[in-house]
Amino acid sequence: MDGWSWAALPAGLALVPPGWKVSPPPLNSTSLPAVRGRLCRPAPGTMASTEEEGTAEEKENNNKKRTKSALATAWLTFYNIAMTAGWLVLAIAMMRFYIQKGTHKGLYRSIARTLKFFQTFALVEVVHCAIGIVRTSVIVTGVQVCSRIFMVWFITNSIRQIQNEESVILFLVVWTVTEITRYSYYTFNLLHHLPYFIKWARYNLFIVLYPLGVIGELLTIYAALPVVRRSGMFSMRLPNKYNVSFDYYYCLIIVMLSYIPLFPQLYFHMLRQRRRMLLGEVIVEKDE
Amino acid sequence: RSPVVFFEVEILDAKTKDKLCFLDKVRVNLFPYPQWYPARQSIRLDPKGKSLKDEDVLQHLPVGTTATFYFRDLGSQISWVTVFLTEYTGPLVIYLMFYFRVPFIYAPKYDFTTSKHWVVHLACMCHSFHYMKRLLETLFVHRFSHGTMPLRNIFKNCTYYWGFAAWMAYYINHPLYTPPIYGEQQIRLALILFLFCQIGNFSIHIALRNLRPPGSKTRKIPYPTKNPFTWIFLLVSCPNYTYELGSWLGFTLMTQCLPVAFFTLVGFIQMTVWAKGKHRSYLKEFRDYPPLRSPILPFIL
Repeated sequence: MDGWSWAALPAGLALVPPGWKVSPPPLNSTSLPAVRGRLCRPAPGTMASTEEEGTAEEKENNNKKRTKSALATAWLTFYNIAMTAGWLVLAIAMMRFYIQKGTHKGLYRSIARTLKFFQTFALVEVVHCAIGIVRTSVIVTGVQVCSRIFMVWFITNSIRQIQNEESVILFLVVWTVTEITRYSYYTFNLLHHLPYFIKWARYNLFIVLYPLGVIGELLTIYAALPVVRRSGMFSMRLPNKYNVSFDYYYCLIIVMLSYIPLFPQLYFHMLRQRRRMLLGEVIVEKDE
Repeated sequence: RSPVVFFEVEILDAKTKDKLCFLDKVRVNLFPYPQWYPARQSIRLDPKGKSLKDEDVLQHLPVGTTATFYFRDLGSQISWVTVFLTEYTGPLVIYLMFYFRVPFIYAPKYDFTTSKHWVVHLACMCHSFHYMKRLLETLFVHRFSHGTMPLRNIFKNCTYYWGFAAWMAYYINHPLYTPPIYGEQQIRLALILFLFCQIGNFSIHIALRNLRPPGSKTRKIPYPTKNPFTWIFLLVSCPNYTYELGSWLGFTLMTQCLPVAFFTLVGFIQMTVWAKGKHRSYLKEFRDYPPLRSPILPFIL
């Protein structure tokens, strides 16, 4: 093995790792017992109880931290209540439309503004993760929010011809149920009064809803493809002074293909969360 | 008579806390893990702490006479030199393939034709010069503190360099390429900026190399030398990144190509992250670190 060396000790030969020094025993030592003391380094965190309370500056910092987290909790509670309310409004509006008109045609147009407002506002959740008041990965949240924003603004909002597709209703229903469950879960969590059925719903409904939502989204994008190709929307051709080209049609195909690696990762992430939160399993995560 | 102090060392797996190895009186009892060659061993005093260095001496570590170390497998390793050579050769070759308009890239009538714009030839020379310089520096100039990096990095890095090189080269060498709006003036200014920053970047690499005698891993504060291109050390901790940014800004200006601008931006973000880290570790290691210096952009970043 690279770098290892042999050291001759009274007890025999020893393999010594690279860089390690072996202190040779004094010549007249063979009859004396070895000192086997145990000098323990204090474990990290245990010293705190024996130290003094801390300087005035530390106390001030602790106070600042407490006000910041009270503020954060207040904002998050307000945010989650508002979002729950928003998606409830959407759900009720969708149901009313369908009951009154008996068809899904025109349903999207009727709720488009509300949907765009609340779904776009969700961008703020990425900021929550980035500044640390919510302990979720920025990337996971970012990917989820971005895919929603993409669907709303770059597909359904921009491509009017597909707004009456059934697949749009499918993913709208899925999103509505998912978001109402999710935001009410966060709200109750922050208020420390979580009814079990909300927790159950949050960590079980997704098993069916996630795949259904993906199917709805993919079918919608697929329906949009011919329209995009014909109209050449959002695309740029050569020659132009920026020396770049962009074909929205092929971009959409790449987006559809990207569901293949991304969706399983998010799905299994939620499954792992479910095992941890509902069944209390301790999972050894792979290190980054 | 003074008592003898022997060391007992146990090495545990950082995740499962299994006992992997126990050294009694510094005599190895068991070592059944030959696939974990030294380069992929991370030995540390705390499971979540920093890795100990190869040069650390057992007697100087904060342990008693029974030392407990935690082992973590760093995964398959690959040498830095290999990674650098691979990731830089790719762009060199790929760009030339687009420049010579190898078949199946553009429409068949353009196969093996050459661009009528002289800026396209200039851009090819600059791009090729840049990557040749990087390859030669990897072979003859750089002194690496770490021998190896995880194997998966080579795939990540090559995708980044090769992918961007192909994307840029496609548009610059395209038959429908549009030369810069301000024509000769713009190209001349861009070329001067590019060359200036290439020389600057090289000067910094030489200066950093001279800080460290061959084979050593000591760290010293870099200072300006007689070479005027190193005077930027007065204001910046990592001027090699500053000059690199300047070179790519020059190339962007020269080609007036949005993908190149995008590549410059992404590179700038990554280099800023690295520069900030390096600046922070300089500040931690040296009490007398010059306070006027910024990580990458004088006074700004």
